[in-house]
Amino acid sequence: MASRRQVLGSAAGLLAGATLGLPRTARAQQKRGGVLTAILNPEPPLLVLGLNQQAPTQLVAGKIYQGLLRYDFDLKPLPSLAKSWTVSPDGLTYTFTLQDGVKWHDGAPFTADDVVFSCTKFLPEVHPRARASFDRCESITAPNASTVVFKLKDVFEPFLYAFLPAGAPMMPKHIYDGTDYRANPKNATPIGTGPFKFKEWVRGSHITLVRNDDYWKPGRPFLDGVTYRVIPDAAARALAIETGQVDLAQGNDVEAFDVQRLAALPHVELHKRGYETVAPISWIEINHRTAPFGDKRFRQAMMHAIDRDFIVKNIFFGLGRPASGPINTATRFHDAKAVKRYPYDLKKAEALLEEMGLKPGAGGIRARIKMMVLPYGEVWVRQAEYVKQALRRVGIDVTLESNDAGGWVKRIGDWDYETSFDFVSQFMDPAMGVARTYISSNIRKGVPFTNTMGYVNKRVDELFEQAPKQTDAAKAQAMYSELQAILTEEVPVVWLTELEFPVLINRKFRNVNIDANGPNSEFDEAHLA
Amino acid sequence: MGGRLGFIAQRLVKAVFVILGIIVLNFLLIRLAPGDPALVLAGEAGAADPKFVDDLRREFGLDLPLWRQLLIYMQGILSFDLGFSYRQKQPILDLILARLPQTILLTGTALTFAIVVGVSLGAMAARHVGSWWDSAITTLALLVYAMPQFWLGLMLVLLFSVQLGWLPTFGMNTINSGFAGLEHALDVGRHLILPSLTLGLFFMAVYARLTRASMLEVADLDFVRTGRAKGLPEGRIQRRYILRNALLPVVTYAGLQAGYLVGGSILIETVFAWPGIGRLAFEAVLVRDYNLLLGIFIVASVLVIAFNLLTDILYTVVDPRIEMGT
Repeated sequence: MASRRQVLGSAAGLLAGATLGLPRTARAQQKRGGVLTAILNPEPPLLVLGLNQQAPTQLVAGKIYQGLLRYDFDLKPLPSLAKSWTVSPDGLTYTFTLQDGVKWHDGAPFTADDVVFSCTKFLPEVHPRARASFDRCESITAPNASTVVFKLKDVFEPFLYAFLPAGAPMMPKHIYDGTDYRANPKNATPIGTGPFKFKEWVRGSHITLVRNDDYWKPGRPFLDGVTYRVIPDAAARALAIETGQVDLAQGNDVEAFDVQRLAALPHVELHKRGYETVAPISWIEINHRTAPFGDKRFRQAMMHAIDRDFIVKNIFFGLGRPASGPINTATRFHDAKAVKRYPYDLKKAEALLEEMGLKPGAGGIRARIKMMVLPYGEVWVRQAEYVKQALRRVGIDVTLESNDAGGWVKRIGDWDYETSFDFVSQFMDPAMGVARTYISSNIRKGVPFTNTMGYVNKRVDELFEQAPKQTDAAKAQAMYSELQAILTEEVPVVWLTELEFPVLINRKFRNVNIDANGPNSEFDEAHLA
Repeated sequence: MGGRLGFIAQRLVKAVFVILGIIVLNFLLIRLAPGDPALVLAGEAGAADPKFVDDLRREFGLDLPLWRQLLIYMQGILSFDLGFSYRQKQPILDLILARLPQTILLTGTALTFAIVVGVSLGAMAARHVGSWWDSAITTLALLVYAMPQFWLGLMLVLLFSVQLGWLPTFGMNTINSGFAGLEHALDVGRHLILPSLTLGLFFMAVYARLTRASMLEVADLDFVRTGRAKGLPEGRIQRRYILRNALLPVVTYAGLQAGYLVGGSILIETVFAWPGIGRLAFEAVLVRDYNLLLGIFIVASVLVIAFNLLTDILYTVVDPRIEMGT
């Protein structure tokens, strides 16, 4: 579909250097000054975004490092370090033109060489997702200081979604080239191109970032700085928002049951957008290798036996949407019509179990299963307790198993489990974050977030392989629709919730949460009200 | 005095073996927990491939056989090198030294408060045993002793920070304030009040009860009766005869507690976001940062041994009848 590409390219041209892509209010004269204080929990291990992409790292490092592109709430690519881009009609050549006058925080100029270094050397060495993206390239070259050309081996239509700051952060060649990236002493003082510079990190206490006066976007940023406070206790975090000691909470900072109470405070504003780049779905992961989990009727019965509306309303207090299938509604190619629905229906669930020959025994129990609880906070424990009760109603007796994070990830990776709660990010396109869970080539023992269930379906493999190679969007959509139909029929995992996270912002700040990367974004448009 | 030096030397030799035992035991124990730092990092990144996990293991030296890992670690210890944190890419010693002073400030303040107020209250109760004072102090001590610390902490926060707005709810200082010198010290002091009070109240109760019981026991002894028979003033009897002799169990307990000085209080440090070493250790367990955890254990055990030695020496000061035996 060449037309959509052209639209993308020309839109980018229009946006270049202009303020069209910015929220309306940002065009007026803004107040300069002010320091935004935000919650940081847990504390990140380091701030070099190329080396570590866990959530708290992205939060802080997203102000320091940048990618070539940003994405709006509907996942349309926007200029960042690249001011415009074109895609050749055959879908194989991506040409990016870089912004003018961009400098690293140490004063060195940012050029196309840095992009080539990042995408051919640094990231493929240390960043698994970026390695997958740039392995698709036959060559990455810089014909001049402000142009970078990516030539692909095969068509990969979602290639433009590889340039998120966390997906492919631009790293300074003059600091890292020829060094051991992970052991470089400069990792303690991160150098990026972003609107805020690293100033100080007092471990266990806070991280301060200050305005980059040489930032490439004229007149930006408005804020003097951003300060992150490490607050490990959930009640203390809620209090900090309530008393105005901090201005921003996000993600899992505040317990779900506290969100509405805080949002009702006069000085606090609640946003539910800003996580479209990750759009995670939570599910019950099932190890197909053992009985009765290999039988799809058992998995379908679980889908019918769990009330997903109840989970959204009573466990997540309205944050999130019931999940209907493998592709999040916020991710590209979701098709609501293609998915097979599993309404909450105990009769149907029991009928399926009956059909399998699982008759109720003593105490009405048809089957006993084990389920690992997610070790990432209270809300997951409450969800597990609900699911245990719900499944008991159709005669499935669940024994919940607790692990800490290290133990959980080890057992999932080693296939040492029966069932487990899990949630996995989708990264905007099914080829980025959905395929990995279901394709049989990604069954790798010892590695978490692969096809740990051991699910194998040749047609599913083929469709996930072919869909991203389509330059015609209609063809790609047809393939993804077929995929959603097959997967929702076979239920490789029991989907529960499309997760939404709250962003709570003190009303004295404006334009903080403005794109699909939400609180992880650079904040170069944020300003005092 | 030669006896005293010999005693100390002997204790130090013993300490070396204790620390050696602690290292080997902990080295093996923490590796028994499922998962390793590479897997935890992979899990947090939400994406991983075999190369990523293998690279990290090689970088961390986790691909070597266990005995070689231990040997390498021991070699480091001999040159006072506690190694690098897998996660934070920082020397372990730097990480620990950055957190230790805050913990000592917090627990030191709490312990001083607890001993001074606790011993005074206990002495007061013992002197007026059976009186209204005694009942009030005993009840208060029991109440504070029984309260869960995190709950007490939250209640203090609700009262002094949310309702009255006098004190900050978390952290150790005001960031970006530009405070220096005395202003900075006062700022830290304001932040210190609630966490040290929460931590100290519990210990205060312990010392009050301990002092009261111990004093009542000593008050029945012959030399007290003799003192009274000689017609010494009551205040002098209470302070010099009873309290001083009753302090021995208090010193013993305080010596044991000094371990807290370095272990930190995970609970209080978490509730008040205090950047101490307790939280550092707790987080190191969760992410399997083996080197960091071992480093904290070693520093803590060295300091605990030192405190115990100090307590033994203090005995002879408090009670000259005790000799340094071996």
